Amino acid sequence: MIAPLHTYIVLSALLFAIGFFGVLLRKNTLVIFMGLELMLVASTLALAAFSRYNGTIDGDVFVFFILTVAAAEVAVGLAIIVALFRRRQTIEVDELDALKN
Amino acid sequence: MDHFLFNFFALLTVICALGTVLNRNAVNAAMCFLLSLVGVAGLFVLLEAYLLAFVLLLVYTGAVVALFLFIIMLLDMQGGRKKRFKPVTLFASTIAAALLAVGVLTIHQQPKFAGGAVASGPLLKDYAYLLFSTYLLPVQIIGFLLLIAMLGVIVLSKKHEGLEDIK
Repeated sequence: MIAPLHTYIVLSALLFAIGFFGVLLRKNTLVIFMGLELMLVASTLALAAFSRYNGTIDGDVFVFFILTVAAAEVAVGLAIIVALFRRRQTIEVDELDALKN
Repeated sequence: MDHFLFNFFALLTVICALGTVLNRNAVNAAMCFLLSLVGVAGLFVLLEAYLLAFVLLLVYTGAVVALFLFIIMLLDMQGGRKKRFKPVTLFASTIAAALLAVGVLTIHQQPKFAGGAVASGPLLKDYAYLLFSTYLLPVQIIGFLLLIAMLGVIVLSKKHEGLEDIK
């Protein structure tokens, strides 16, 4: 007997919320990126739970695609962060305001 | 036993996710992120999606967290100073928290979601069949996307001479 579906969904919503507040409240670009990844993982958890409880496999296949896109996104995002750090010597979002005025 | 395991992995995931977000030290945050992903992989095992758990461990904890740690090491950041939040951030987070709470409560009270699971999880063969029939085009597109990402990373990490800085 495995746990009912809504516990998985609530857990995934909680994980998404934690990642979301990480993105919203933190100033370090790397930690913001980890928050984004947490949100992606939370969505994969919800998809896997739904496909398990509906007896279909399409949700699991989507989890596959999400994982692939997340891997590509991390590679490109971290390359951008490194290029940014080389140029500006900082990755704090408050100090990156070149386009402000 | 399953309930115990579910509670264990759920607690591990949530506590380590909180650790990721709240930690001042970026290396500790990355380590908490890794543990949180291990918790999610455990939940995938409980959902009988063994392949997904394996791929998650391989791709995320193997590649993504290692990449994060490399970058943290490369950038050599000092610990962040404590800064006050702007009023607009606080306003936005209050609204977001209220919306998320409403969403979670709605899901929790939805009677459709209270049902049990069906017989058993998917097999490896099912994935293969679906990936190479129904989802053949997305697989091709994803492959192309990975190629573009690789090229983009190579271009981004080159040194660009004579590029003036925006002040």
